[in-house]
Amino acid sequence: MKTAVVTFPGINRETDMMRALKLVTGKAPVNLWHTETELPGGLDLVVVPGGFSYGDYLRCGAIAARSPIMAAIRAKALNGLKVLGVCNGFQIITEAGLLPGALVRNASLHFVCREVKLKVENNRTFFTNRMKRGQIVSCPVAHGEGNYICDADTLKALEAEGRVVFRYAQGTNPNGAMNDIAGIVNGAGNVIGMMPHPENMIEPLHGKLDCLPLFESLLAA
Amino acid sequence: MKAKIKVTLKNGVLDPQGKAIEGALGSLGFSGVDHVRQGKYFEIDLKETDPVRAREQVRAMCEKLIANTVIENYDIELA
Repeated sequence: MKTAVVTFPGINRETDMMRALKLVTGKAPVNLWHTETELPGGLDLVVVPGGFSYGDYLRCGAIAARSPIMAAIRAKALNGLKVLGVCNGFQIITEAGLLPGALVRNASLHFVCREVKLKVENNRTFFTNRMKRGQIVSCPVAHGEGNYICDADTLKALEAEGRVVFRYAQGTNPNGAMNDIAGIVNGAGNVIGMMPHPENMIEPLHGKLDCLPLFESLLAA
Repeated sequence: MKAKIKVTLKNGVLDPQGKAIEGALGSLGFSGVDHVRQGKYFEIDLKETDPVRAREQVRAMCEKLIANTVIENYDIELA
């Protein structure tokens, strides 16, 4: 499969994400720069990685969401291209309108960098099909603005349609997110955003391999 | 023209920064502070001299970038 990782100024997790994708797909992902206006042909997946694009100026993800590459990604996503946004990437694709709601300042006001427990609520997505429904895995988080909020109607729809993919479990919600939401998928099923960093829990040196099946799910999708 | 824009969090959106400011005011001895909400303020100098067109331009800027209308309201004043 052919994958790509986008880099914006201030992004700092692109190397980790490229390493993770290479590990499972066997092929190095294409690294896309934010000024590019077209995506390479034959792409199966674009990942918007974590970091602090544009220093979180204005709102986290706001400036990156309006960059040329995001217009190209949005157009292809509407035609079914798989998109995964992690951490700042989740904030960016939400600001770009690919997912509903918003990520705001952690309720505690603190930046949190720790391990949380993630419960897989939906195992029918391109990033969770190797997991069991209800399975709980360890995963690191590192963010200051991961508090997911949306209006009541959107929340009801997300829950009713099984679009909450990951929930913080066992009292580990690090940011005050509504309904302990850690990750969601769009209605069409091709765009997933999540705050935790699964790319940092897939190799022996990470301490645990809990999130490796998430990346392996890409192969079956 | 100059546009002055205030961006505020919508009612019902949690404002932990406002809460922290509220707590700090209390610890400085300012009693009687019920509630603090914080927001953002922008000044934009425009070439446009027609107020109707200027307001329309700034409204588009707010919708597209300056505010996230999922969580924020904006208020435009032209001078």
